[in-house]
Amino acid sequence: MLIWLVVAVLVLLGLWVIAAYNGLISLKNQALNGWKQIDVQLKRRHDLIPNLVETVKGVMKFEQTTLTQVIEARNKAISAQSIADKAAQENVLTGALRQLFALVENYPNLKSNENVSKLQEELVSTENRIGFARQFYNDIATKFNITQQTFPVNMIATMLGFKPADLFEVTDAAEKEAPKVDLNLK
Amino acid sequence: MNIYEQITGNNRATRIIVSVFILFFLFIGFGFDYYYGVGLRAPIFTVIALLFGLVSSYAGWRYGDKLILSSTHARELDLNDPKQKQWQNVVEEMSIASNMALPKTYIIDDPDPNAFATGRSPEISSIVVTRGLLEVLNRDEQQAVAAHEMSHIRNFDIRIMLMIAVLVGSIALISDWARRGLFRGERRSSRRDSGSGAAVLIILAIWLATVILAPLLSQIMAMFVSRRREYLADASGAELTRNPLALASALEKIDSRAEPTRSINQGSAHLCICDPKGRPIGVREGRLADLFATHPPINRRIEALKQMAYVA
Repeated sequence: MLIWLVVAVLVLLGLWVIAAYNGLISLKNQALNGWKQIDVQLKRRHDLIPNLVETVKGVMKFEQTTLTQVIEARNKAISAQSIADKAAQENVLTGALRQLFALVENYPNLKSNENVSKLQEELVSTENRIGFARQFYNDIATKFNITQQTFPVNMIATMLGFKPADLFEVTDAAEKEAPKVDLNLK
Repeated sequence: MNIYEQITGNNRATRIIVSVFILFFLFIGFGFDYYYGVGLRAPIFTVIALLFGLVSSYAGWRYGDKLILSSTHARELDLNDPKQKQWQNVVEEMSIASNMALPKTYIIDDPDPNAFATGRSPEISSIVVTRGLLEVLNRDEQQAVAAHEMSHIRNFDIRIMLMIAVLVGSIALISDWARRGLFRGERRSSRRDSGSGAAVLIILAIWLATVILAPLLSQIMAMFVSRRREYLADASGAELTRNPLALASALEKIDSRAEPTRSINQGSAHLCICDPKGRPIGVREGRLADLFATHPPINRRIEALKQMAYVA
């Protein structure tokens, strides 16, 4: 009798471990997919920047430092590897772009240029896409982390080799304060 | 109520509505057979009505969204136009935020601001805006509207709304036809069975009442099912943009220009973000007005959104 009780408990325990493991795997893959989405949007931004710099550099030749900053930030962001490094470099790039667009405001003929406003809309949209992809990733990653850190799953999560996912954090203080204000053109 | 309950509930309601619809046609056909079909060997009207019910349900499911798009004269976006390109971008951003397939985008050339979504599943869906909406709302507000429509798509609201739009349309059609048949057609006075007079009269009375009241009832049903889901779409839209105030101000702007959206007819009114009939919705209160409204009063929606942002 007792032996059957033990067997039953073990079987239930095994089933629970399987369910918990599968749940964690599913969340982990959703988080990975979310991360890929951010990557896609970051790449979109990297591809747009040379185009933008090319379009404005004729008129903005006195803003060479800002233009160089943007290009450098872009190149650094492309070569960044780890999630934390990537997040940091992308934030630098966001800052540099923001500065560039603030300067564009000083050049009325640039502002009225159709190509520039098109590019500007594309970049605004890209910034938003990155933001929304990041939001989606962070939501899923948080869910993944909560699941593996709450009792009783936390007892087996480490044993099964799960690690908390890094969140894509906004480190730039200015960005925290005023989200997408200067980029929001009607 | 969360979105999973909403999805399950929607799918159940869709099945019930389609079944009721087919039963309704059976009933009408049965009545015709009883009334006119004397001397015919087979229940021919019943079979015709059943076929009509089945075919129009399937056609509605399969082609209803195209029907609605063409009846509102929606065209695909012209991406060379900066405003339309911006709207396309906004929709793409929302599809990223919600991690859903990108819906097709259409525009209606109407100066009144409005928007709706249609389709049969998140994979096969469309979002339609009027030109007025793109002109009146700024980028953040457009984003809020896109998020609201995306939520309708994700919750499968579009599927049930589509079926209702199509089925309400064909009920109106068939009962028009039936009424004409009843009041103008030649009546055969010879009853199949004159013995059970009272029972026959009762059945006939019920049948007549159904035929006459059907369009009204189906309209009320369409309105009733569409109101509660507006609050949910507002809330989950705000969850996507994290900016409930943008939707509140979009609704305020849309409401303040509440002229009739001419290109959107009665049949698709319940799909829209705001009542397209041009009545000042915010003003109407009370049970009777509520009963006939396809949308909750706009000031209540704005109030709820402001509470989400802790400013109300």
